Parts: sequence; C-alpha cells; structure tokens
Amino acid sequence: MKPQTMFEKLWNKHVVLEEPDQPTVLYIDLHLVHEVTSPQAFDGLRIAGRQVRRPDLTVCTVDHNTPTWELDKPVTDEISKKQLDALENNCKEFGLNLFDRFSEFQGIVHVIGPDLGYTQPGKTVVCGDSHTSTHGALGCFAIGIGTSEVEHVLATQTLRQFKPGTMEIRLEGDLPFGVEPKDVILAIIGQIGIGGGIGYVIEYTGEAIRSMGMDGRMTICNMSIEAGARAGMIAPDETTIEYVRNRRFAPKGEAFETAAAEWRKLSSDPGAQYDKVVIIDATKLEPAVTWGTNPGMVTNISGVVPDPKSFTDPAQVESATRALDYMGLDPNTPISDIKLDRVFVGACTNSRIDDLRAAARVVKGKKVHDDVYAMVVPGSAIIKKQAENEGLDKIFIEAGLDWRVAGCSMCLGMNPDTLSPGERCASTSNRNFEGRQGKGGRTHLVSPPMAAAAAIAGHFVDIRDWDYE
Amino acid sequence: MKPFNQYSRTVIPIDRVNIDTDQIIPAVYLKRIERDGYGEFLFARWRYNEDGSENEDFILNQDGYREGGILVGGNNFGCGSSREHAPWALNDFGIRCVIAPSFADIFYNNCFQNGLLPLKLPEDVVAKIIEKSTENPNFNLHVDLESQRVWDDEEEITVGFDIDQFRKHCLINGLDDIGLTLENEKHIQAYEKSKLDN
Repeated sequence: MKPQTMFEKLWNKHVVLEEPDQPTVLYIDLHLVHEVTSPQAFDGLRIAGRQVRRPDLTVCTVDHNTPTWELDKPVTDEISKKQLDALENNCKEFGLNLFDRFSEFQGIVHVIGPDLGYTQPGKTVVCGDSHTSTHGALGCFAIGIGTSEVEHVLATQTLRQFKPGTMEIRLEGDLPFGVEPKDVILAIIGQIGIGGGIGYVIEYTGEAIRSMGMDGRMTICNMSIEAGARAGMIAPDETTIEYVRNRRFAPKGEAFETAAAEWRKLSSDPGAQYDKVVIIDATKLEPAVTWGTNPGMVTNISGVVPDPKSFTDPAQVESATRALDYMGLDPNTPISDIKLDRVFVGACTNSRIDDLRAAARVVKGKKVHDDVYAMVVPGSAIIKKQAENEGLDKIFIEAGLDWRVAGCSMCLGMNPDTLSPGERCASTSNRNFEGRQGKGGRTHLVSPPMAAAAAIAGHFVDIRDWDYE
Repeated sequence: MKPFNQYSRTVIPIDRVNIDTDQIIPAVYLKRIERDGYGEFLFARWRYNEDGSENEDFILNQDGYREGGILVGGNNFGCGSSREHAPWALNDFGIRCVIAPSFADIFYNNCFQNGLLPLKLPEDVVAKIIEKSTENPNFNLHVDLESQRVWDDEEEITVGFDIDQFRKHCLINGLDDIGLTLENEKHIQAYEKSKLDN
C-alpha cells in the first residue's frame, strides 16, 4: 500500500460519504461549543425542529465572555450575560453537558478539551473557533468552523469538507536555551507568511518537536491558523500517550491500552509524500517579538523594528508603514528599547501549566516594574488549582502580578479585560491585529518567559540573559 | 438561504492585504445572539471616530461607496477568527460579493453558508478593479454566477472565474447544507454502527 501521511490516515478513517464533485462528509468525534459562536446555531436547530444528534460527543463551556474576576462577583455586562444565559438555556433544551462559570471543569475550550481527556489522538475535533487547531498537537484532525457549520455538526455529527493539501514543517536540531515553542511558531509564521498555510494541513515533525512537552506542542498547533493553515498536527508518541493516560474522560485500564496501540499507528508512514515541505533549522532560532499588526510581522529580541522602505513588495511597504503608525514605533528602534504598559500571560496559546511555571520562574523574588500592570490568567479552573497547589499564584502575587480566574481574558477584547487606546502590551496570546485586545491597543506577541521578563524590566529583555533567582 | 445568481453593484475598494475578521467586525460586537443587525458595526474600528461619529476618510462613509455592494480587497482576505459574524455583517450592510486574489479558508467557507460569493480573481485584475473603483465612486461590476463571468459597464474588464461546482450549485439554488447531509442519514448511521457503537 502507498505510504500515507498521518492526515490521510485520519481523513480516511472518518469518511462517511464521498461523492464525485462534492465535499466529503466526515464524521466528527468531538464537538466543543462555547457561548459566542453557538446561539445562532441552536436557533437554526429550533427553527428547523432538529435535535442534537450526539449530545455524548458534544462538550460545552463558557470562556470568551466571562470576566476573570472572582466568581462571587457577577457578570455585569448585560449583553454578555444574555449570551452566557443563552448557552445555559440551549444546553438544557438540547440535553447537553455544560461546564458553566462555576464548574470545576470550566476553562478556555481549547485548554479543557485536552486537559479533561476529551481530546484524544486520532479524533476529528471541531469548534466554532479558529484556534481549534490546538488539539492537533495530540494527533487529531482539528479545525475551526463557522456558526452554520456548528449547526451542521450539531444536527448531523458530520462536516462537509474539501480535502486540504499536506505540508510538513520539519524542525531539525534542538532548540537553544531560552527559545520557547512560541518562538518556534512565530518564526515559522515569519518565514512562510500569514497566508503561507492556506489550503494545507501542517504536520510538524523533527527532533525539536519530539523532545517538546505536550503544552509546548499545543502552543505550536494553536497558531497554525495564524499561518493560514486549515489545521496543524503532531504525530502521537509516548509523550502524548502518557499525557492522555489517567485524564478524567479518557479511556481507562485495558481500554486505554487498546486505544494507545491504535494511536501508535497514526504516525505518517516512512516515505509518505507531502504536497509541500518546509525545513527549519531549530538551532538558529531566537526569542521572538512581533513589531506589527499581524503575527507574521515578527523579529528577534536582538533585532530592530524594520524600516518599511526595506521591503521590496509595495503591498508590504504599505502594510508595514501602516503597522508602525498604528503601533507608534519608529523604524530601526531596538526591540529591547520598547517600553510596555501592560503584560498578559494567558490565552489558549500559553495558559497551560508549563507556561505558568516558566513565567513564575522568571518573576520569582522580583517586582513588576512601576509603569507596568501585569496579569496572569490560567487557561482552566483545573490549571488554576494545580498552579495554586504548586504555589505559583503566591510567586506571581508577591512579584506584583494579578492572578485571575480562567477565561480567554485579554486575548480578544470581548470581556472586561481590555487595553485602553495607545496602551502597549507584551502578550502571550496569538493575534496582534489592530484593536484585537481593545480599541487602539498595541500588542506584541511573545513567549511566557519573555512576557514575564518584560513585566519586571518595563521593556523587552533577552530572556537568555535573565538573572533567575 | 437567499439564492445568488446575477448581481450588479457599486464597488467598494479597500486596498489592503490581510484584512482580518477582527477588522471586519471587532469582538466586542459579537455578544448578540441574533444573526442580523451587525451591519452598523461592519469595519467599526476604521469607520467610526472615538466619539462615535463617522470617520470621513474611511471609504464606507463616502458618497457612492456607501451604497456599494461589492467589496474588493487584497490577498488573504478574511484571515483570523472564524466568526461568522463577518459575513453576517457584510450581508447586513448589503455586500453579497467580496473580490480578492486569495481568501482565508474559514471566511471563504463561511461566505457560502450565507449566500455570499467570495470571488477569487487574479492579482492584476483585482488591482485594476481597485484602481477604477478608487477613481470613480460609482464604478459598477456585474457578476453572473451561472456563466462564471465578471464585467464592468464599459466592458474594459471582462473576466471569467473559477468556482467549485458544488458550491456554485448550492449558491444559485440557495441550498442548505444540513438538509443535503441529512439525506445521507443511512450512511451516517452505518458509520456510527461500524466505528463507534461496537
């Protein structure tokens, strides 16, 4: 048989129906639902008199709209509250399981899926959210969908998809000291461009990926969408299997071993052909900082803000000029001279326990700079608890960072956590679009240690030179 | 879904690449639970000043373009968030066709679910359309989906376009995907029986 890529194996296993000149009908193993992109889908079901086909494969939570202040303080935004209530009512009406604001399992949808063991290798995973690509880190085909497709999956447990192409991004060699998974994915996006992945599913391979923990792999797959890719994925290995073992909703005992044996067969076959291959020398990577208004506008901590005139493509000159104007930056400013007003550690990119540990190591025994307001927002209630058991919350609080309740927080400017116009933020989130974190806000994307170090210093610093306690 | 076949409207050029869905409609306007009413928030951050008044420099606030129904932009149009509120906002404003050299996958797909036509045209043609529509706020384009052709009043621009035949069929007939898929109920049941429930 012709050698297959992991994506092809996963695709073939989920084909319900293939007809000429039509998108393939694929079966969906896990549907994650949140409050923002679902109300109109449930409305559609109601109007058509349809049911949710598989409530057992549907998991709902609230994350985008929820304030990250303490749970005893109510949601004060009336429109947000209405949307949160809508999900609660829809879950009741359609018989779905909901992890509400007060649930011990609540959290960012892409954090709780893997965390609770719902996300397992070999599954097809969808959610009305572009960062569903995160789940690919466990060896899933995981894609973000629109609300009409949410309705389609609720009603049919399938999705119509045109088969994407395959792209291998191979990271050769080991990552140098101080270079984080976030730096890897920002470097990849800088290299292939924010439209470089359009029409492809990316499989990340190579030594640097194999030696990476699951939290880091999720960071990388999370931002596949920022490269324009349909999905990102990483072949399951023993690291993956050990991660899933004993998770709350994962199979147990003999059933787990049977499943794990199947998961081990998912890797791309030797000699499998990808439509495109990109090779990256991991040993040359450095801590990354974005300077512009999309994630591809990125350089290294040792670099400078580029001069728009240095680009050859007129469209790039135009967008770099506009970006620097929006960001309030002058060409050739050293990145390490950029001063910050805010620091945000969190979001589905970087709010897992490894991220919080890495940030805590940096700030331990130090104080946040007087000009900076910094906050740490764990990705889920479980991670919050775990971090508190490890004493990370105390490290953050003693250093002067705010320790919050789980949610999407300041990633997207939808809940009370936002930047004010002109404020500059070092953020571990995934998008630095104009106004993403609040109207007029200026976002620089970085890794958790880089964000933490910037909170202490008041400007960007090279984490490779950091004086750890 | 409203069928799409022949469509003639004034062109609104936004000469930028990578127009993301956060610009098309910022997250703060996604809190509503309805499908309509997003038109007034279309491009809100570019369209309105701090005090809520209209930004005269932005094209949607200029005579001629204000009544436009075909939006033209640069490469990778609709990148970023999966929010279907982006096509809802365009639709609600009265824009049912977006032209660009390339589109982000999810936005592209979301358009078809809402009776919008995302039209891929070669870069030089898009540049020409942007040039002509920038010069003339009443520059019209005509789209015929059946024959897969686009042309302007003077027929200085007249060009064919590619589109997947299944999507074309659904758009012309205003077909709902769910209904189509549910016709395959026996296949879904068979899949579940063989793969899941044993």
